[in-house]
Amino acid sequence: MVQVKVLYFASFQEAAGTASETLTVENSLLSLFEQLKTRYGFKFQSSQIRVALNGQFVSWDAEINDGAEIAFIPPVSGG
Amino acid sequence: MFSLSDQIIDGEALKASMLHSQAGAFICFEGWVRNHHQARDVRGLQYQSYASLAEAEGEKIIQEARQKFDVITVRCVHRIGELTIGDCAVWVGVTAAHRDAAFMASRYVIDEIKQRVPIWKKEHYREGSSEWLHPNA
Repeated sequence: MVQVKVLYFASFQEAAGTASETLTVENSLLSLFEQLKTRYGFKFQSSQIRVALNGQFVSWDAEINDGAEIAFIPPVSGG
Repeated sequence: MFSLSDQIIDGEALKASMLHSQAGAFICFEGWVRNHHQARDVRGLQYQSYASLAEAEGEKIIQEARQKFDVITVRCVHRIGELTIGDCAVWVGVTAAHRDAAFMASRYVIDEIKQRVPIWKKEHYREGSSEWLHPNA
């Protein structure tokens, strides 16, 4: 288990009711997302979003280090 | 150079910063806040970003444009925070010796920014509700 900081943006932030939280999680981005999706009712599947680890886009099988900053990136709407 | 700004975008000042003696073409794209979205009346909007990643990804797009097209300077500023109708939400400026490269690079930058940079728009509707937009999901 590792301790991580999870950041929430846009509709994920609205659903979670917070911009960030510290969680103790297993070493899997996919299972963390699935847990959070169930907990907060996120409206997207993992295949529809991107994930960032320590400020960089990564693939879903990336290793989570202790103290990592994780952000799930729902479809963007800048511009 | 890509940057985020929580202040009103000054297009004239940005344009002045692009002046270059080798430039024969300057293309500027401004994205403005409009008063409607899919038949709903919009009174304003909020942009939120994952700032560190947005700046890194935005800068990557600028560098890609510089490699793909024969340009001199490429610059983009994207607003965050609360905006009202008519505000400039995003400014893209490109200089090049000739117009083709400037047109193509500016189009590339705005299209890639809309696809890849972690910035989200929340529309405030005239009837009172607000909604985060997540297109192509």
